[in-house]
Amino acid sequence: MKTTRNVLSLALVLVLVLLPAFSAGTKEAAQGTVTLKLEQFSGSEATLSGEALRGMIAEFEKQNPTIKVELQTIGYDDYFTQLQSKVVGGNAADVFELNYENFVAYASEGALADVTSLLGDTSGFNKTALDAFNYQGVQYGVPNSFSNVVLFYNKALFDQANLAYPTSDWTWKDVEVASKKIMSLGKNIWGFYRPLTFHEFYKGAAQNGGSLMNAERTAFTVNLPQNIEAVSIMAGWQNDSKIMPTDADMAGMGDWDLFKSGRLGMLVTGIWAFGDFTANCPFEWDIAIEPGNVQKATHFFSNSYVVSETSKHPAEAAKLAVFLAGSKEAAKLRVEASWELPPVTYPEIIDSYLSITPPENREAVFASLDYLVTPPVSIQQAEMQAIIESYLGQILSGKQSAKAALDACQKELEAKISL
Amino acid sequence: MSIQGRRGIRVALPYLLPSLLGALLFAILPIIISLLLSVTNWSGMSRIRLTDGFLKFVAEHFVGLENTKAILADSEFWRALSHNLYFVVLYLPLMLVLSMICALIINAPNRGANVYRVVYYLPVLTSWVAGSLIWKWLLSPVYGPINNFLAIIGIEGPLWLQSEVWAMPSIVLASIWKDMGFYAMILLGGLKSINTEYYEAARIDGASKAQMFARITLPLLSSVLFYVSMLSMINAFQLFPQVMVMTKDGNAGPNGATMVMVERIYKYAFRYGKMGYAAAYSWILFVIIMAFTYIQKRGEKRWVNYDV
Repeated sequence: MKTTRNVLSLALVLVLVLLPAFSAGTKEAAQGTVTLKLEQFSGSEATLSGEALRGMIAEFEKQNPTIKVELQTIGYDDYFTQLQSKVVGGNAADVFELNYENFVAYASEGALADVTSLLGDTSGFNKTALDAFNYQGVQYGVPNSFSNVVLFYNKALFDQANLAYPTSDWTWKDVEVASKKIMSLGKNIWGFYRPLTFHEFYKGAAQNGGSLMNAERTAFTVNLPQNIEAVSIMAGWQNDSKIMPTDADMAGMGDWDLFKSGRLGMLVTGIWAFGDFTANCPFEWDIAIEPGNVQKATHFFSNSYVVSETSKHPAEAAKLAVFLAGSKEAAKLRVEASWELPPVTYPEIIDSYLSITPPENREAVFASLDYLVTPPVSIQQAEMQAIIESYLGQILSGKQSAKAALDACQKELEAKISL
Repeated sequence: MSIQGRRGIRVALPYLLPSLLGALLFAILPIIISLLLSVTNWSGMSRIRLTDGFLKFVAEHFVGLENTKAILADSEFWRALSHNLYFVVLYLPLMLVLSMICALIINAPNRGANVYRVVYYLPVLTSWVAGSLIWKWLLSPVYGPINNFLAIIGIEGPLWLQSEVWAMPSIVLASIWKDMGFYAMILLGGLKSINTEYYEAARIDGASKAQMFARITLPLLSSVLFYVSMLSMINAFQLFPQVMVMTKDGNAGPNGATMVMVERIYKYAFRYGKMGYAAAYSWILFVIIMAFTYIQKRGEKRWVNYDV
């Protein structure tokens, strides 16, 4: 009895030890094909975007029969932690996705391959988006999508409140007035939602004529008077005018869900909500350029495909990146899935993007591009954002005045973050 | 060392080797590496190889005690430490009393002892992530059963995990639920080892139950109680998964209310690209735990009784 068990467990150990040796990889060299690993966070398996991505990969494999692509999609929350350990261990995927905010850190650490000469024709790319992934004169990646944020509004609530729909001339004042009327429609109906996060703050500061860094990005300017005013108004939406629900009011409900439930008049969020809202809003909705205070400013979000410095097939990897990011075929699939904006300039793609409704006013997406402000970026991006958000929390909870908090924030950033 | 001793080692070594190898690879080596990293400014985002120029890498990125100095000079560190201490202050006494009660219930000669044993021990076997998610739901301000129950008896429940004041007590609550069974089992072991003759003698002398508990059980259990309090204090300083899952991650809880040492170490290592700094942070934590253990050990002589 005992011997049988020993033999069995020994066999089990042997199987476990030897198994990896027989797994994939040994076969492919013989057939002359190259297998590329692709890892990304945008798009999810379950939605239209996942289908579009699989379609793009299938098309690429059809055009390049000697290249096989292994896709792994990892949720945004875990993506960067696992990416870091893979990069450090030298096991990063051949092609992986980075957002604009994390791109600088990885480029400066030498984790990315220089693809300047491997990209081929890049004339189809939107220039702003392409240049975003150029670090110190070297192109380290290609934008695969870009997107911005607009004002979504619930037409039904506006009709009920006898209000005119938001236009591109609206300012924060108009939002406040309209919100109050919408809230008078009933209990648990809210006017506006725009949380005081790092991203909303840098944009809000710009909408009020301020900025978090100087133009050369060599110094922080977090406690400018314009920023202090902007942050006071933004916090006031929750604390003074109360047109915006607090975390307690939301009780764990997300902002998108609140909008879809028909109880929110206006929501500032990304155009990546189009697919979800089209499918799940039981009422009519539309969009407008986001209102500013003294001037307009809109978000620039961009994700990119980069090639790992450790990739054994950089040429093939760059080819895959360019195809997924900038080819007409891929852009078409992306548009059909309402999956952010393809970073391309092909007129027919842009036209087909505009022809899809809702929203009726899709032009606002492109009109918003005129007011793009790029986020402040540092090699210590995550730490910088966490510091800023901790002070925004102080302001929201009323523990510190906007001025005191931003003064302290400026000091801490100067001490901890090198620019 | 006697000849027998040396021969003993030779015989024992092959048997010890597998686990020794594991300890060396997965505990001792990483400890040495983290010590070396703690004096560097490695970001944790660039590639390094242990087998290829690691010491040269350390020398090139050497910053001496800069990391340690920067940590100690940062008010954030003291804030995180004070949150850990706050946790210990709430957790330790509650833990000792409740696990003691559990152990006494299980030890009492009643029919359901085994059922109790399983019930108290189940949370210990649950993974922290699953447990945290359950507690997150239980403590949800509007939909959570706890606040709904409080509403029935006319109390407006707090926002729990979303409230700056209640976030840490909520974490303590969940931690006690999770750990109580474990410590109760250790205490139960101590209770079982007390000779029943003491109780018989006391009963003949007319001692009450409370007297027996205070005069016999507690003194004879003091060594086990000491062990339990030391273990739970060390655990308390390593507080991490429940905080990460239950409270808002980006800000370390509402306005940083659940910012604790290990959470900081994790953020610096894996979010903020400061691996060297994080390594120094963990060595500081090590020193703190050492110091507290030493103090407790000193106190041991005063109240712990080893003559069972």
